Amino acid sequence: MTGMTRAIPPGPERVEGRAKVTGTAPYAFEHPVTDPLYLHPLRATIARGRVTRIDTDAAERVDGVHTVLTHHNAATLNPVGDPELAVLQSDGIDYRGQLIGAVVAETPEIAAHAAGLVDVRYERLPHDSEFRDDAAIVYTPDADASPMLSPDLERGDVDAAFAEAAHTVDATYTTPPEHHNPLEPHAVIATWDEEGLTLHDSNQGSHLVRDLLAALVGIDKERVSVIAPHVGGAFGSKGMPHGHVALTVLAARRTAGRPVKCALSRTQMFELVGYRPPTRQRVRLGADPEGRLTATEHDSLEQTSRFKQYAEQSASASREMYASPNRRVTNRLAALDVPAPTWMRAPGEAPGMYALETAVDELAVRVGIDPIELRVRNEPEVAPVSGLPFSSRNLVACLRQGAERFGWHERDPRPGTRREGDWLVGTGVAAASFPTLFFPGSLATIHHESAGKYRVEIGAVDIGTGSRTALTQLAAEALEVPLENVELRLGSTEQPHASLAGGSTGTASWGSTVVEAARSFRTEHGSEPAEGVETTAGAADNPDIGKYAMHAYGAQFAEVRVHVDTGEVRVPRMLGVFAAGRIVNPRTAHSQFLGGMTMGLSTALHEHSVVDERFGHVVNHDLAGYHIAGNADVGSIEVSWVDEHDPHVNPVGAKGIGEIGIVGTAAAIGNAAYHATGVRVRDLPLTPEKFLY
Amino acid sequence: MDSEITLRVDGRRETLSVDTRTTLLDALRERLGVTSPKKGCDHGQCGACTVLLDGRRATSCLTFAVANEHSEVVTAEGLAEKDEPHPVQQALLDNDGFQCGYCTPGQVCSAVGMLDEVKSGWPSYVTDDLEEPVELDEDEIRERMSGNLCRCGAYANIVTAIREAAE
Repeated sequence: MTGMTRAIPPGPERVEGRAKVTGTAPYAFEHPVTDPLYLHPLRATIARGRVTRIDTDAAERVDGVHTVLTHHNAATLNPVGDPELAVLQSDGIDYRGQLIGAVVAETPEIAAHAAGLVDVRYERLPHDSEFRDDAAIVYTPDADASPMLSPDLERGDVDAAFAEAAHTVDATYTTPPEHHNPLEPHAVIATWDEEGLTLHDSNQGSHLVRDLLAALVGIDKERVSVIAPHVGGAFGSKGMPHGHVALTVLAARRTAGRPVKCALSRTQMFELVGYRPPTRQRVRLGADPEGRLTATEHDSLEQTSRFKQYAEQSASASREMYASPNRRVTNRLAALDVPAPTWMRAPGEAPGMYALETAVDELAVRVGIDPIELRVRNEPEVAPVSGLPFSSRNLVACLRQGAERFGWHERDPRPGTRREGDWLVGTGVAAASFPTLFFPGSLATIHHESAGKYRVEIGAVDIGTGSRTALTQLAAEALEVPLENVELRLGSTEQPHASLAGGSTGTASWGSTVVEAARSFRTEHGSEPAEGVETTAGAADNPDIGKYAMHAYGAQFAEVRVHVDTGEVRVPRMLGVFAAGRIVNPRTAHSQFLGGMTMGLSTALHEHSVVDERFGHVVNHDLAGYHIAGNADVGSIEVSWVDEHDPHVNPVGAKGIGEIGIVGTAAAIGNAAYHATGVRVRDLPLTPEKFLY
Repeated sequence: MDSEITLRVDGRRETLSVDTRTTLLDALRERLGVTSPKKGCDHGQCGACTVLLDGRRATSCLTFAVANEHSEVVTAEGLAEKDEPHPVQQALLDNDGFQCGYCTPGQVCSAVGMLDEVKSGWPSYVTDDLEEPVELDEDEIRERMSGNLCRCGAYANIVTAIREAAE
């Protein structure tokens, strides 16, 4: 059942490749420091209430314990607008697993042992950690909440159009909480000496971490350095600094210059570094006899924490995807006594497009036409809500090319009719869309070393995406020198300011910055510059932003097998075709799409953080209980893209490729599972029991 | 309680005093500064800490350092010869079989150990014929490499790389 694995396309090898395959590329916790201390966090074992007594005597008596931090002895921190960073500032408990202290000791073993000796007493208050429709606190997120879209939208008369529609779908889809689980746990080494504060930190934006931490502890930004040469995956969970960074800094303030090392355990990561919130989404579609949408309604309820609002607006996936004269979108939040959710790869789009693209498949079945043809019939000429022209939109090309490559035309649309041995076999398709964003404010320095060799500096972080390589390529191209003549330095606040690695913006934002800086350098210093000259510059504002609707698109195809007796779901074959503007490095871009699709497969089949609402914690809080796709879960995955030249999005012409690969994957797999079995599962993940009836 | 132990790590003889609670992984990383094996879960569930321990692949987070007196430890760093990557490492480079790189040293050690197991005729869950030599097809590689998680999702390229390295 395995297909032929395709060779990867050509492109420069990752510049840090050798260091990674030998394990010599240094990650945060591996930075060599002299005479470090180790921090073990103390965490709340109730979901809401306060600490009434915390007895640290026994822990402090252990040989090798340097200090035990609690809210009684921690320094006061400045408010910076993020309650997660206000650690040890009161006795209050907002969620189970919250940081309530730390043991700092000579070795990790001593710190862990002593942490177990701290005796904590609580006053418990009633808590509510159960995500459900009738949660006590349900509200509309602020209009300026992430992702800067009005949460509600109404065009035309949806109810009337739905009532008159020839074909309708009215279905509710649910997605569970999911945890990012980058392979490298969140880690930081904090050193606070006469030079200032130095953090070797695993993050997605060193400048952001510096700015927040400097404000938090009230010292000049210039006295804080944040260094992240290599980051072992992040997926959004390292986008904002979390409480452990503040806790480690609090500890480092008390160790007279000795570095303090903190690496979260895998289990601690299930409560302290964010997660994708669960969603409950109702989609109503109405169509005319030919399948043209007359009504589109998408209502989403998502979980947030009571102590900190997080909103990602999954229903907004339906704002600009298909033409529909009548449209209603609503986004609501249920506030609970739980850890704060955060961005996770394609926040909003991944769960939102799962719901929409499953509903569209259901509509195709009702209308009795091919699901690709249904999507083609609903292509909008301009962006439906804003009325703006698309900077480029090649969704139909993705669907058509994908259909050709996948062998879609051979498909018999009847569900539940193909059986091979004990397996029911089906195929499915879904569309994908992700907005093209640009984060302003980055700067790059171009420095001419000598003899045509250049050093390029930008404080961006490569979280494994291949940015280091793509930026080296773009710099070499703009300077018109060979690749090996460019040495790129990134990851640190020693380099010029760079925006966060998020929103699939790296190549667009940092790439444009590097390109513009190289052009400025040539303007200033010519093609034969003197030794040691340099130019620092950023990208100009893009005049086309606000004039065009900018999105990347994709088409996801999957072949699924469902076992007739056990309900086990296997995905032997997937294909993704994408339209994402300029692809700077085909080799590493292929891996980005592949990785997104693989994580999408994992979302579809496996991932579910199971909350025990009696206690408010995730029960399956390790990599044995929380299964992410392993090697044997993945079959053949083919990736390709259409040539797309988009002059409007940014100077590089890149739309971003980090997230689109995960969008639509779960819907394609779910639609294929329906085609295989005739059973429509509307609840992720697609675990075996949902197919047994 | 501390104990003195001697290990060979990537060909070097190392004598050190360790807390009996110290895992082999922590002894390597925190005591000897050998950070090629990674800590991803500390529970033997992710495979990032995989090393070759007396020639066989092992998760170094699941064994105490004191239990490995006189053991021979080879990490992904030790598999490379000066400027020459090991064939498995070269194949991963050729096929972009990694992204963030954190699981990669464990994948490398696991693949090297696995290829040796295949050569020795060890069957896996997906081996049909237990009598004949193992034919290392893609399903065999996927099954045998499933102890090493990759969250970036490079499995398809890892499988291609290992197949190439095995040839």
